[in-house]
Amino acid sequence: MHTPRHAQIENKLDRILLKVQKPGRYVGGELNSVIKDWDSVSIRAALIFPDIYDIGVSNVGLKILYDQINQRDDALAERAYAPWTDMEALMRAEGIPLYALESKRPLSGFDIIGFSLPYETLYTNALNILDLTGIPLRADERDSSHPIVIAGGHSTTNPEPMHAFIDAFVIGEGEEVIHDIINIVKKFKDLKVDKFEPSNLPTFKRENLLLELAHIPGVYVPRFYQPHYMDDGTIARMESLAEGIANPIVKRIVAKLPPPPTKFIVPNIEVVHNRASVEIMRGCTRGCRFCHAGMITRPVRERSVDEVVAAAREAIRSTGFEELALMSLSSSDYTHIMELVTAIGEEFKDEKLVVSLPSLRIESVSVDLMDKLRDRRGSGFTLAPEAATERMRRIINKFIPDEDILNTTREIYRRGWTTIKLYFMIGHPSETLEDVQAIADLCRRVIAEGRKVAGMKVKLHAGVSTFVPKPQTPFQWVACDTRENILAKQDLLRRELRDRNIKLSWTKPEDTLLEAFLSRGDRKLAEVIFTAWKSGAKFDAWGEHRKFETWMSAFAEHGLDPVFYTHRPRRTDEIFAWDHITAAVRKNFLFQDFRQSLEGQIRVDCRLNCYACGILPTFIDLRRDHPGEGWKCPDVKTPRRERVVHSRQVSVISEQSSVIIDQLPVGRE
Amino acid sequence: MRIRITFSKQGALRYTGHLDLHTLLERAARRASLPLAYSQGFHPTPKIQLASALPLGFSSRAEVMDIWLTSDIEVSRLRIDLQATLPHDIQILNVEKVDDRAPALQTQLIAAEYEADIPDEYASNLTSRLAALSEAKSILRVRRGKTYELRPLIESLEAAPADGSEKTRLLMRLTAREGATGRPEEVLSALEIPPDSVRVERTRLIFRG
Repeated sequence: MHTPRHAQIENKLDRILLKVQKPGRYVGGELNSVIKDWDSVSIRAALIFPDIYDIGVSNVGLKILYDQINQRDDALAERAYAPWTDMEALMRAEGIPLYALESKRPLSGFDIIGFSLPYETLYTNALNILDLTGIPLRADERDSSHPIVIAGGHSTTNPEPMHAFIDAFVIGEGEEVIHDIINIVKKFKDLKVDKFEPSNLPTFKRENLLLELAHIPGVYVPRFYQPHYMDDGTIARMESLAEGIANPIVKRIVAKLPPPPTKFIVPNIEVVHNRASVEIMRGCTRGCRFCHAGMITRPVRERSVDEVVAAAREAIRSTGFEELALMSLSSSDYTHIMELVTAIGEEFKDEKLVVSLPSLRIESVSVDLMDKLRDRRGSGFTLAPEAATERMRRIINKFIPDEDILNTTREIYRRGWTTIKLYFMIGHPSETLEDVQAIADLCRRVIAEGRKVAGMKVKLHAGVSTFVPKPQTPFQWVACDTRENILAKQDLLRRELRDRNIKLSWTKPEDTLLEAFLSRGDRKLAEVIFTAWKSGAKFDAWGEHRKFETWMSAFAEHGLDPVFYTHRPRRTDEIFAWDHITAAVRKNFLFQDFRQSLEGQIRVDCRLNCYACGILPTFIDLRRDHPGEGWKCPDVKTPRRERVVHSRQVSVISEQSSVIIDQLPVGRE
Repeated sequence: MRIRITFSKQGALRYTGHLDLHTLLERAARRASLPLAYSQGFHPTPKIQLASALPLGFSSRAEVMDIWLTSDIEVSRLRIDLQATLPHDIQILNVEKVDDRAPALQTQLIAAEYEADIPDEYASNLTSRLAALSEAKSILRVRRGKTYELRPLIESLEAAPADGSEKTRLLMRLTAREGATGRPEEVLSALEIPPDSVRVERTRLIFRG
């Protein structure tokens, strides 16, 4: 009798699961997971977070897509994560391919494989996962018998290092574009194809499918673009190889945030971020120059207080979670934050619920907010000054005077929190040892002030990471700090912060450099990633798996120098490897902002003063159709112009549009 | 109000350990809007007591727990509400009200019964190995670096054909007192059967009185 593949996998799993750590990672069966009848749908998508279950299961981006797809009658979505090394070894030994948790079917039997790539250190894991599915790693080696491999997430604002392995990248927000992709994959699956020659059918059909995907706004299919290089190895231009496809590719956004997911997967084992979360706002108007997320998630769109409270209630009702996170890049900037926090406090006043509100601004109002949420159960109160001198704060455009920091931290200690966590970064452009010394001085002052109001029990945790200049930000022109400088600065901090109530943590320079070349790479990096993975690099985000030497050998093997990507000063007129991708923030705007940084000029919150970053002209029709408070960009008063809004002509974005923005908001005194 | 619930734990939930099961039950109670009582103190935890930790990988037809509620609720209503919010791998088998002052479940437990389906490759001459084990006066085992005596923890041990199949099933009754708990995987090891190749199910918990 023939046993189906998924039953075979289940039988084999039963024999190996007791040999691995935390077998609950590999069995599914969670509350709110969706198991659809395999044969009742035409398109099946497997959504993958390429790290272990414990980290991936709470990812909200994939949860949104999981819901979007499973709400369709003609499609299903299932999930998979990276197996930990013990499980991977047994799976390879037993011949078990990577499978989806819901149906236990091998991923190779799905129509679409979708990776979430929020950060670059997941790249080798994505390759390893493809290898575990048996699908060819390289996009050009796949034919129509293989799934379409797509990827999205913040790191895809420079997709080039992964161009060889992903069939199509989604640039920007996925809520709508995922349906466009499924519709096209479905159309091709239903095609009667018998008129073609059987011999060339497989690749012929896949090529056509990919070409149609390349015409969806916000979708980048690398095979239809060809970079040309200058003699010095930088990009001369990016050529489109097909008619009518966008160049540059402009990110997709949704005009209005759709209802947030509430039926979160409830894991049966302990995981990171074991909680329900509601995104209260997308985007950020602060314009911190180092911040990748702040630049690429514009415009700011808020959900209403009522919608957030209703979603929170529904999420807790349907999951039973003991923690609720109200997510955004900058909670304090949510227009009705006090009203929201009051309403949430009221809604859950009789319940043992921990509410977390990350990314609060350094001001006393934040302490009031946290007080309202009675959130003392967490490990402490977290604030992110990022820099400690006035000069540095002007350069990064995050200007918080020492006095505000001291007043706020004193108040936090006074109200009973014993631990404060302060986030700083070293390696900002033009940073000196004096700027770093100031971090240590500030930490000591914070703790000294804390002792005055709350005694010797007060603690401080200084988390000092190292800045990586990211694509699509004003600092994309600057070089990463050198290994020697980083080490000297970290030495200084260790020397200066010898206090048993101050805990200091930092990032190894190797990890910073790895992140730097992976995020700033061009297409040549693909071979380096492939070779590094072949030589054993994976779980690069995990310190214990750090394999920097492997990466250096991979560079050497391909005759490439990592310094080209990490430390080379970039010409002001350089065409970057990612310039054919745009988050709708103009390069010219980024460059002006970079210049202002060099002059120490601050740009205030762009709710108060629109700096014409490029978002509004790009999405002018969306804004016109959604006026008012939902967006934080100015309203558009000009009537809609008659123009051919054709999906294949989004490339007009690169021209500076002559949009008139009426009634710029007046700045606060 | 104190409620005693007997339930089964099967399927994927075999791989959910004791502490995680506590969390799972707490969440189910919250979804069902049960008025759970909490401990006092800085980190209040719901008052849920499980009679005995079930080893990872085992299924069970007979787990027992007590939960405390701050207000009275009809037992049949509670059963329906809680079952509706539990994952389907947990089925409630019995619900009863117990005296608030009754002693803790863990102190009343005396023995537990298990069934283990033995793979064919280990089933031949099992009967003679069982006989040898039963007749032994002493079975010294080492666990976590300590030598201990397994023999007195085995109350009964016999092989029986599994229902409607050729497979061999091992039935065990092991002591389960505080500080004297017989572990099925230790018995299997003593029979030279690798425990992680065997499906074990707890079938009964036996309490004092």
